[in-house]
Amino acid sequence: MFFIIGLWRNEKSRQIILQIFVLLFIGWFLSWLAGNVASNFSALGKDISFDFLSIPAGYDINQYLIEYNSRDTHLRAAIVGLLNTGLVAVLGIILATVLGVSVGIIRLSNNWLASKIAYWYVEFTRNVPILLQILLWHGIIINSLPHPRSALNIGDVSFLSNRGFYIPKPILENGIELVYLFSVIAIIFAFLFYKFSKKKQELTGVQYPVLWINLSAIIILPIMGYFISGMPVSLEIPVLKGFNFVGGIHMSPELSALTFALGVYTAAFISEIVRAGILAIDKGQKEAAASIGLKPSKIMKLVVLPQARRIIIPPLTSQYLNLTKNSSLAIAIGYMDLVATLGGISLNQTGREMETMVLVMAIYLSISLSISAFMNWYNNRVKLVGR
Amino acid sequence: MIKELYKPGSYPNLAPPKGTVGFYGWTKSNLFSSLSNSLLTIFSFILLYFLIDGIIGWFFLDAVFDADSKIECRKIDSGACWAVITRRVGQFIYGFYPDAERWRIDIVFIGLFFASAPLLYPDLPLRRWLLWFSGFYPFIAFILINGGLFGLVSIEINLFGGFMLTLIIGVSGIVCSLPLGIMLALGRQSKLTFVRSISVCFIEFMRGVPLITLLFVASSMLNYFMPPGTNFSILVRVIIMFTFFAAAYIAEVIRGGIQAIPKGQYEAAESLGMTYWQTTRFITLPQAMKISIPGIVNTFIGLYKDTTLVIVIGLLDPLGIGRAALADTKWNGLSTETYLFVALFFFVSCFAMSRYSLWLENKLNTDHR
Repeated sequence: MFFIIGLWRNEKSRQIILQIFVLLFIGWFLSWLAGNVASNFSALGKDISFDFLSIPAGYDINQYLIEYNSRDTHLRAAIVGLLNTGLVAVLGIILATVLGVSVGIIRLSNNWLASKIAYWYVEFTRNVPILLQILLWHGIIINSLPHPRSALNIGDVSFLSNRGFYIPKPILENGIELVYLFSVIAIIFAFLFYKFSKKKQELTGVQYPVLWINLSAIIILPIMGYFISGMPVSLEIPVLKGFNFVGGIHMSPELSALTFALGVYTAAFISEIVRAGILAIDKGQKEAAASIGLKPSKIMKLVVLPQARRIIIPPLTSQYLNLTKNSSLAIAIGYMDLVATLGGISLNQTGREMETMVLVMAIYLSISLSISAFMNWYNNRVKLVGR
Repeated sequence: MIKELYKPGSYPNLAPPKGTVGFYGWTKSNLFSSLSNSLLTIFSFILLYFLIDGIIGWFFLDAVFDADSKIECRKIDSGACWAVITRRVGQFIYGFYPDAERWRIDIVFIGLFFASAPLLYPDLPLRRWLLWFSGFYPFIAFILINGGLFGLVSIEINLFGGFMLTLIIGVSGIVCSLPLGIMLALGRQSKLTFVRSISVCFIEFMRGVPLITLLFVASSMLNYFMPPGTNFSILVRVIIMFTFFAAAYIAEVIRGGIQAIPKGQYEAAESLGMTYWQTTRFITLPQAMKISIPGIVNTFIGLYKDTTLVIVIGLLDPLGIGRAALADTKWNGLSTETYLFVALFFFVSCFAMSRYSLWLENKLNTDHR
């Protein structure tokens, strides 16, 4: 008896006893769940098997990045869905970043009117559910845009109608390799020049207009390659045939609505992150920079942004992650992403709820865990050292 | 010497330099301080003009507030057709709850006001007594909504809908997820390895998957995990999932708050001989909660907005009611009106919540800076 009380009073042994109890409870709970699943499945005559992935899916997907038809397997349908998730995530992230950073900077500008407009944009978009916004934009595209016959004509090459957005498609011909080669050279040059000028600045204080030189190199070199190799790129312009457009790149109403809604919604959060990051920089830093005679643009570039980046990047990454997860709401408007293919139609056709949902969840979980791993790595890298 | 020269009142006060005060000065410094700024201002004015012009015309001047169908709306005027809303206001608020019993929901709404007021405003008169009411309110609300006791007619859960459903899921999710979130946050900071790893696994799993997949699990798979024959209502399953989901996010917010507390606080508590639970109760949580209030309210707002996701598993929240209305051939194609109306409802409630959080943050701010 005294022995047990002694064990309980000793911190080390008490912790071990407590953990054993927790472990026993969790073990019991998990086996209880597993037992329930087993008995439910045997009562229904079901089993757990992933064989369904290799049988033909038998449904069509209207938007695909790799070749797909209804005779392909469920596995391929799932991959098409995953790529569609990736497509809308990448497009949405680009839109959200550009818009979010601009709005964040406008909110900080000393232009009263513009900053108020930016403020109300942020409040309106982030206080309305994203699902509602996706449906709203989809509804506007479907119901309010004109039919293809009277589509909004943008420079005779792009067309916006209730069937989606049509833009010209570049057709690559012989000789395109030279353009690729020149682009690679330009990028390598830009990288080396950046390193060189940074070193030069640290050693001597001389500054080169890095951004402009690099930008012009990246733009001009591939264009040179394009002309030298005899203009190997032609454009396939969408044309109206019958009731709809043919040719070009087609962004379906679903993809357009989803990209736009996700981009606009996430941009509101990103703008707040950018604003908070810039505001968090101590006023003394800016005053010190100004007192050694730096111009406002240099203060921003050399003093404020490098420090703000450390604050901005972690929440920014988690916004990207949120955008990717929110893209699963595509199912409400019929965009065929991972949840709509594997977790939607494949589930309904094969009746394997358990397997499909486990796969869908595992895929999303691995995406988000790898992004958090990146975030931890980045945090450790940029962490302030010392103290 | 200086005192002699500049004795107060010996010189008249000079006017501020010209063009720095008043309407002109304000306009110059806030709207037209530089060339790029002036361009931005002009651009904003043009944007605003088109926006306001279009909105007022479409929303009010050319809008139709009562008609029998979309076609009739279009015959009357060219603007928004609000008839799709005005004809179904009841459904948007109560779902398909029977007309004769709707007074019960009205009482629940009024009760919610009195139950939440003492929790939200610490300085309220009679707060002690109202808190008792807040404690009992969930039970009163449950009996009133569900019926079946005290001679109230029992109402089927699949008749629930509209804003009432949003509030049921949102409020229950918020109330249940806070304690669970605190427990998870403490678990994640615990010295016990297993407790910590279980908390980490739960939090990372919930944060890693989209809510929509959790709702699919709730609607189609949760029964597999229960003993054969158990069958509990879809609403309860959905609330459980919302609670788990929000709790994981709240746990992370509170963890941030706990980590922000200086180490000296724990050392001081330990040197006073406080036990773990005393330290948690009197030192850790009060400080951590104060720091994490904005984050917690943001999570609540997120949960409240996410309640719209229940439409994908067939529950009829305002969005679901709106979609049902749009499926009616009479109103087909009025999606903009319907969704904007629902959006307005969410905007008002979420904006109010975020304003409240700002107010509370200022109130609790004891920094003397």
